[in-house]
Amino acid sequence: MSTTTKPIKTSSRPGRTLAILALILVSMVGLVFLQDSKSLQLGLDLRGGTSVTLQPRIAPGQEGSVTSEAIDQAVSIIRQRVDSLGVVESEVTAQGSGTNRQIVISVPGDTGRRVVDLVGQTAELRFRQVLASGSGVPAAGDAGATPAAGVSAEANAKFAALDCTKPENLQGTSTDLPTETLVTCDRAGGTKYILAPAEVLGRQISKASAGLDPQAGSSWFVSLTFDNEGTAAFGALTSRVTSLPEPTNQVAIVLDGLVVSSPRITEAIPSGNAQITGSFTQLEAQDLANVLKYGALPLAFDRGEVQQVSPTLGADQLRAGVLAAGLGMLLVVIFTLLYYRALGFVTVASLGVAAIMLYALILLMGQWIGFTLTLAGIAGAITAIGVTADSFIVYFERVKDEMREGRSLRTAAETGWVRARRTILIADFVSLIAAVLLYVFSVGGVRGFAFTLGLTTLIDLVIIFLFTKPALVLVSRSKFFNSGHPLSGFSPKSLGLVVAKEA
Amino acid sequence: MSKFSGLGGRLYRGETSINFIGNRRLWYGLSGFFVLLSIGALAIQGLTLGIEFKGGSSFTVNTPNPSVAQAREAVAEAGVTSDPVVQLVGSDKVRVQTQALEQAQNNAIQDALAAKFSVSLTSIDTQIIGPSWGKEITRKALYGLFGFLLVVMLYLAMALEPKMAISAIVAVVHDVFITVGIYALVGFDVTPATIIGFLTILGYSLYDTVVVFDRVRDNTKAISAVSTKTYSQAVNLAVNQTIVRSANTSIVAILPVAAILFVGAGLLGAGTLKDLSLSLFIGLIVGTYSSLFIAPAFLAQLREKEPAMQALAKRVEARGSSSTANTGTPVASVAAVNGRGPRNQPKRKGRK
Repeated sequence: MSTTTKPIKTSSRPGRTLAILALILVSMVGLVFLQDSKSLQLGLDLRGGTSVTLQPRIAPGQEGSVTSEAIDQAVSIIRQRVDSLGVVESEVTAQGSGTNRQIVISVPGDTGRRVVDLVGQTAELRFRQVLASGSGVPAAGDAGATPAAGVSAEANAKFAALDCTKPENLQGTSTDLPTETLVTCDRAGGTKYILAPAEVLGRQISKASAGLDPQAGSSWFVSLTFDNEGTAAFGALTSRVTSLPEPTNQVAIVLDGLVVSSPRITEAIPSGNAQITGSFTQLEAQDLANVLKYGALPLAFDRGEVQQVSPTLGADQLRAGVLAAGLGMLLVVIFTLLYYRALGFVTVASLGVAAIMLYALILLMGQWIGFTLTLAGIAGAITAIGVTADSFIVYFERVKDEMREGRSLRTAAETGWVRARRTILIADFVSLIAAVLLYVFSVGGVRGFAFTLGLTTLIDLVIIFLFTKPALVLVSRSKFFNSGHPLSGFSPKSLGLVVAKEA
Repeated sequence: MSKFSGLGGRLYRGETSINFIGNRRLWYGLSGFFVLLSIGALAIQGLTLGIEFKGGSSFTVNTPNPSVAQAREAVAEAGVTSDPVVQLVGSDKVRVQTQALEQAQNNAIQDALAAKFSVSLTSIDTQIIGPSWGKEITRKALYGLFGFLLVVMLYLAMALEPKMAISAIVAVVHDVFITVGIYALVGFDVTPATIIGFLTILGYSLYDTVVVFDRVRDNTKAISAVSTKTYSQAVNLAVNQTIVRSANTSIVAILPVAAILFVGAGLLGAGTLKDLSLSLFIGLIVGTYSSLFIAPAFLAQLREKEPAMQALAKRVEARGSSSTANTGTPVASVAAVNGRGPRNQPKRKGRK
């Protein structure tokens, strides 16, 4: 078993490898400063705030299944609602994969109850005739307020006062009653409308898609098809409004209480197949088609989990996390120094480099993919100290084994590496599989654990290859370690060789 | 320490040897007992599930003078009739846990608590779990578990040997059973953080097992009909050679987890840190045990069933009993074996 065919010489160039690592570290730190991502993105459990996890499902009384597009749409609807709170750093994301996703809303600060009330409602799509429209800013005096036919004075006053540039007026809701007149803004906040009661409902759409007009070159359109009920209702609506003056010949598509689009109706459409044309880009057309598809099958949301963390608790948890990290690191350092003596310094230095790399990566990930560090994430990083140190131990013990076979430290550092490398690769790969699966199959805060665990396993690989190994090779050339000094960790005694002679 | 280091050398050369494989009936018995105990505890007591699985609300009020009685009053005033669980957490917190409630009721409790303890709404930490949420996370956790076992088994079968993969998985399943059993027995709360801990243990336990098995593979690479050791003996040597390493990696893995447990349970009371580290802590200990005592023994048992290994065992035994070499007959039987069955790892690999 001690037959290694490879010629044993110190062919590796530890200096060069270390230089590569230094380059990587410097460029990572450089990136941190260049991108100005110097502050940690803390999760809500570390600084206080509200997070709500919603489980989308089909609205009651509907048949069909949740589609991936519907969830995307729901995310954008909820984002619109949450953004209207005007809290910076609010986040709405879908977690999980495919149609089995949860929507996670996190809002820092103390808006807790409003967020919870806001996000759980089903968003509905409706078609309403436009009664009046105008620029999104409040009308000066009575100038803009020309009452349209059939509009109450109350609605008209509301319309005149409405300021669509304020975020709270762009907050979607589905509390608007379909049977009543609606005064609202469009999604972008540029135009405001008075809308007639809803005549066609989103659920009456059976199909919607974006298409490219072959004649008009780059002109995108959206076509939609209604079911039987919808066809009749839409036919009646279009035939009534088509001859009316502007803007009452427009039909507004209203999602979640906000106007998505208000196409002008140029002819009655009794067939149930309609096309919405305009100067759409591909993206706009696809967005509109998605809105219509979503309307066909509105989602309801079950509040899965609501968590409101006070700033006090957040600060406590952050302190505890940092303390646990420090304590864990300290314990491992003490143990390795006691057991491996001077060799332990290689471990300590490796852990130090790993910590710097992890910190830089967390900063960068915060910038790139919006990764926020949660308490579970900190726990993952601490737990990973063990995984990282494990690799060193596997390597060092292998080197000791090689020395017991009678090799010099200098040779053993190389031959032991060849054997340890394999073990470390297999073991780290298993850890990585675990981390990836944990990430995919977990929800909410605990995902952070899987993320940092996986990240640190990768860092471990980089460190052991680019730092620990070359460092040990360098060390093995020094006199102190080769002499078998009692404090070097490679003394004959600690290898058990003295005992053997005595025996 | 130096005594311990010296032990490493003696273990390495096989001068000091713990009989892991030979005493396997003992370890199996021990593990069997604990697994049965776990199943019993699960069946009779069941797991104490956190509100994340049952659905419900939890309100923690940060106040300088917490009081259980006042908290109960507040809940009653909010018009919630079901009996809440109220407890003090540390010296400046009181926690109220209720069953799943309507959003309006949750708001009412928050308001009542804030009024009762004259604190602002923001100093109440709230966790509200919908009634169907538990099913969702349980389902995901189970997918995670089976996905993990399957992927790892395939990977280990490729990276090591198929029988090693089976043994490693047996050890992991053993760990899961016993850890879950301990939870049922002691009645620790099971939360999503606990589950994450469970799943992480699987990775850890396998890490340890992989280290041992890699050594086994090294030691048995050259095993052939003329070897002086049976497969079991070779495995035993491998376990003894890696025991110092296993002990060290386990200590190093447990130390940071213990730090989290200490800080989490001591400073924060119940919460993510405590739940996560507790299941890791228990699982790590069980995992270390199984990677030394269960996985190698099981592997040896599987491999010893192979005809070539049985023949080798017989021959080694014969050689041991008649130490003055009578080379005639044994060699003949060896030749026969050589002609037939799978003998050793490198050849097997070549054939693939």
